[in-house]
Amino acid sequence: MLSIKNLTVNINEKVILNGINLEVNAGEIHAIMGPNGSGKSTLSHVLSGKPGYQITGGTIQYKGKNLVDMAPEIRAREGVFLAFQYPVEIPGVSNVYLLKAALNAVRKHQGLDEVDAMDFLSLVKAKIKTLDMDEKFLYRAVNEGFSGGEKKRNEILQMAILEPALCILDETDSGLDIDALKVVAEGINALRSSERAFIMVTHYQRLLDYIKPDYVHVLAHGQIVKSGGADLALALEKEGYGWLEQGQVSA
Amino acid sequence: MVRARAGISMSTGLSLDAASLPGQSLPWLQDFRADARVQYVAEGLPTVRSEEWRYTSLASLQKKTFTAVAPAASNQVADYHSQQLLADTWRIVLVNGQVDQRLSMLEGLPEGVRVMSMAAALVEHEALIHRYLGHAMAAIKHGFIALNSAGFSDGVVVHVPAGTVLDKPIHCVHSVSHAELMVNTRSLLIIEENASLQWLESYGGIDAEYLSVAITEVFLAENAKLIAYKQQTESSHAYHFAGMYCKQAPYSCFTQHHFALGGVLARSETHTELATAAECELNGLYLGAGRQHLDHHTQITHAQPHSISREYYKGVLNERSRGVFQGRIIVEQQAQKTSSMMANRNLLLSEHAEADSKPQLEIYADDVKCSHGVTVGQLDEKSVFYLQSRGLDEASARNILIFAFANEMVEKISHRPLHAALLTAVLTRFPKLAIQPVVG
Repeated sequence: MLSIKNLTVNINEKVILNGINLEVNAGEIHAIMGPNGSGKSTLSHVLSGKPGYQITGGTIQYKGKNLVDMAPEIRAREGVFLAFQYPVEIPGVSNVYLLKAALNAVRKHQGLDEVDAMDFLSLVKAKIKTLDMDEKFLYRAVNEGFSGGEKKRNEILQMAILEPALCILDETDSGLDIDALKVVAEGINALRSSERAFIMVTHYQRLLDYIKPDYVHVLAHGQIVKSGGADLALALEKEGYGWLEQGQVSA
Repeated sequence: MVRARAGISMSTGLSLDAASLPGQSLPWLQDFRADARVQYVAEGLPTVRSEEWRYTSLASLQKKTFTAVAPAASNQVADYHSQQLLADTWRIVLVNGQVDQRLSMLEGLPEGVRVMSMAAALVEHEALIHRYLGHAMAAIKHGFIALNSAGFSDGVVVHVPAGTVLDKPIHCVHSVSHAELMVNTRSLLIIEENASLQWLESYGGIDAEYLSVAITEVFLAENAKLIAYKQQTESSHAYHFAGMYCKQAPYSCFTQHHFALGGVLARSETHTELATAAECELNGLYLGAGRQHLDHHTQITHAQPHSISREYYKGVLNERSRGVFQGRIIVEQQAQKTSSMMANRNLLLSEHAEADSKPQLEIYADDVKCSHGVTVGQLDEKSVFYLQSRGLDEASARNILIFAFANEMVEKISHRPLHAALLTAVLTRFPKLAIQPVVG
């Protein structure tokens, strides 16, 4: 589904990603771990098309298409979804409006009819229940005045409505207490399918207690320095990231 | 038809017109007009040398020639009025500065409520007019006010007796049917103890250059309530000056929602003076495009203790437009326990647009809560990307964010037909926006 080859990315002439190689197939869950400043968030931003990054080399193929050439909204309509580390507050735009506009943009792109208001509401209400959210969130402005946990749940709600093929979760566990973490993880697990892939960017292994990854990659200095199975995350939790700095990198 | 120049030679124009103005037989009114004329001849229109006008130059207006006497109304005015009809309102219509009873609709007003033309009121209720005219703005006197006092041709007088509540708004429609006209009206809203009025002014006219001057004096007795709406949708070539000057008795409550959408140069003033425990809330939205200059001057005087003021103005400025907000708050020495909040937020959509914002707090009491804030900025790029990442194209994302910024003020309107009309008016200003109301 996703094939990243030798990707190099700069921000203002500074090298942030320095030769990333990553293959993600449908049905897989990949965790990207690493210390602060390793380039984890940059990778998720570049995949979603956030402006401000210069791609200086390499390729990103998504479902056989060149992802780099697509505008952010085209990526979204093609099934790439980024759950933000810091979801943006948008006063004056209601949650339900954004959800409907987003779903219809995706459906239109896929050649499907727009959903009618009644079908849409029953769909949303069913999804919102699974995330343990109050229906009144639908009518509030997007993320405005939401707590950290509510914002993250709202990201997962959007993901559940849009049913993307590639879900990128950027530090979704940050700022969540244990109860919120469980709810969010359940929401993500409910979306697991053989048609869908996940990339979970995270500093800690905490989230991985609830969502078991198929692969764990350690990112440092803009490169994947180690890859392994779910056990690697546990080892990282025990040892921390200090060994990366001491040059004890072994594949 | 008399030609009159707005500017230095306006004095000649005013004296030529005097014979056609209402209230000729009233000596006190003759004196009132004569004093104003003397002031206008001496001072002329305000200039940027005055602190209250420093951001708004009337130099272009000074050069214009206007006609002070109106020819008969045209069909275009009828068209304009048909667009202004709002369900669930009473209506009084001024065409070219004269009340037109045929276009008005005042049936079913509660007993004792008077809604009439200024010309008629000067004949039938001279004592009432004498008692109030000019008393809401004794301390504020600039050229536009002098011009208005000297030469107003008509206006509306509303008198709501004690304890009477109007359950729907009176819609006062001002319209101009001919190019190069100057219309000049003076209105009085007198709201007695425990009475309540909803008042909607809308301004518009044919797509031509004209000058519209309208002054409204408001007197709120104890525990009286006024919700005033102003919908300024003048022609894109029009000059507009409108002032609402208000005196609030103890426990009275004044709310204004102001929407400035039209005019090439428009100045709006709202001044109020609050007695003990009186409250005011001033909300405004201005949407500038082209070379529009939209100026808003507010002055809230807390004269007695325990009064509350809330003020919130937002501007969206595109192309070469300029928005001005001057918010002056005066807390007098005896006005302890005053609570006052003022905010002005501006969104600049073009590098050539300009926002000038000047909050002025003058606090002479020592036990008060006052705050103010101003922002001038562009659209938040993080928000644009967020919406794009959910599948919305960039142009739609920007339009939604602009609309959402403006719509916050529209959403404050609870009268549904007016809300719908304003929503349409705001959406018309964002023609690329194919969206529905977003926060319900």
